[in-house]
Amino acid sequence: MQYRYKIAGGDFSNAGAVASSVKKTLRQLNIDHRLSKRIVIALYEGEVNVVAHAYSGIIDIDIDHERIKIRITDKGPGIVDIAKAMEEGYSTASTQVREMGFGAGMGLSNMKKNSDSMQITSEPGIGTVVELTTYLNGNEG
Amino acid sequence: MKGKDQNKEFHHALKVHKDLCTGCTHCMIVCPTRAIRIRKGKAIIIADRCVDCGECYRACPVSAIGVEQDDLNLILKFPVRVLLIPGVFIGQFSHKIPLSSIYGALGKIGFTHVYHVENTVDMVLDAYDEYALQNESRPLISSFCPAVVRLIQVRFPSLVDNIMKVNPPVDMSAIYYREKLRSSGIPEQNTGLFYATPCAAKIAAIKSPVGETESVVTGVINTNYLYNKVYQLLQKGEAFNEIPVTDDLLSSRGILWSLTRGESSHRKKRSLSVDGIRNVTEILESVENDKLDNIDFLELRACDEGCAGGILLPGNRFVTVERLRKLASDFSKSETDSRRKLTEGFINLKEQSFLGKIEPRNIEKLDEDFTVAMKKMKRKRRLMCFLPGFDCAACGSPDCQTLAEDTVRGYGQLSHCVFMQQQMVKQKLMSQEKAFSLTEEIWGAERLEKNCNKIGAENENI
Repeated sequence: MQYRYKIAGGDFSNAGAVASSVKKTLRQLNIDHRLSKRIVIALYEGEVNVVAHAYSGIIDIDIDHERIKIRITDKGPGIVDIAKAMEEGYSTASTQVREMGFGAGMGLSNMKKNSDSMQITSEPGIGTVVELTTYLNGNEG
Repeated sequence: MKGKDQNKEFHHALKVHKDLCTGCTHCMIVCPTRAIRIRKGKAIIIADRCVDCGECYRACPVSAIGVEQDDLNLILKFPVRVLLIPGVFIGQFSHKIPLSSIYGALGKIGFTHVYHVENTVDMVLDAYDEYALQNESRPLISSFCPAVVRLIQVRFPSLVDNIMKVNPPVDMSAIYYREKLRSSGIPEQNTGLFYATPCAAKIAAIKSPVGETESVVTGVINTNYLYNKVYQLLQKGEAFNEIPVTDDLLSSRGILWSLTRGESSHRKKRSLSVDGIRNVTEILESVENDKLDNIDFLELRACDEGCAGGILLPGNRFVTVERLRKLASDFSKSETDSRRKLTEGFINLKEQSFLGKIEPRNIEKLDEDFTVAMKKMKRKRRLMCFLPGFDCAACGSPDCQTLAEDTVRGYGQLSHCVFMQQQMVKQKLMSQEKAFSLTEEIWGAERLEKNCNKIGAENENI
């Protein structure tokens, strides 16, 4: 079963709308609320990343009987050094911005922590694709 | 509704009076958990979805939503008749009426003892501190409003662990006064302990408690009913001879407790007070998305202005709040205010401050079994392609999405939609007669006939 959502870059007021909608779907599918919480937190981080860094993005959700796959495709600046971006606390944000509570550098690591597998591909100047997979029967990884 | 929980009984204080209900959809549309449907021209409440918030009671234009309550005559069965009154009850009366007159009137009605529900708030606050130390979940959500607790169970199952499992003041006071009377030599079975409730949710919480086995409250008295009785006696101006036993433990903290910020103002860390069921739902959404940063405590109440907005209180909620704030301010000027708390040591009371486990009960699931739920979800999304999306409620469900969900759950039919009927008749998939009889099934046969007695029509008051 597929769902597709469009996100506009810079639209901070609506960041989280996709996560809310998916959360409701997971409740309707009777997914355990602890598992659902992980999925939604990872998705929320991904959604906010698109709003904060990219020009536009598409989130594709694919649910089958064993896993939920979230694919976040954006048009944006891309990530130059993915390995570095994955490090906890690494951030491109300036000290000034970080002092205000933004850009803590936890986004990608939080997404990894809250999903069973995560894959990132990025082309600087073009955009980024993040794929998150979480198994529904409780299998880790 | 289908599913495993089907056989579980949920006690509700709100009932539809079938003889008064005109099946007008007002209640169905305002229900925050979509627990109401119209069938055969009458509203029906789906037990496992209802959280007893009382929004339907407020919305009903013909007073067809009733609140189950105990008969006042029930008190006569007991030689010792204790009444617990909430602060908001006092707030129904002008400050010109002394508290002693209100107690006197309650004595005349038959109560031998009158105590304030909020006399145990200091104990509850101590229990909050202890609970906060022992539990890591944040934000902690107050368990005070039973409609909120039930809303979290059914709509926000992932947040049940955030609910502070602490008994609210009414239960603590009931336990305390029962114990006090017992230890003063009155046999347990001689004491009837009654609670004057400002809302339906408290009735449901007492009749079928969440997180504890049984309530020590004997019966529940509708505050609206009690108000009229007391008002009548006060107006007559007679002297009251039967002054009930009471104590002087009411404090400014107790008076303000059930109003907005009544709890959160005592919390040292950052907290948020939210009132009104829709505002509460919105904030719980944010909590679920981890969007509230550094909030330690959430005080959430289903009614606007907290309990002053309870459905069983006749007075204007803002006037009630002003009166209580004035009273609290007078109390706080007194030297004894900070000392007005329970100090007598009933050792077992502290242990009884805490509630058992609160279970989530997801009402939105389309099926218990994930594979079946997936199939139903696919079908629901397909059905939504056909439904008009007007949310007119003429099908007897509150909106198109709910009709689609009801249909896949086997609880409704796509052909209940009046627009779908038109389409089906046009495409010769349904006869005009069949369409008409379907509409009659939902709305009742008389409903479609001429009737001048409805509100706004020629004979509306006859």
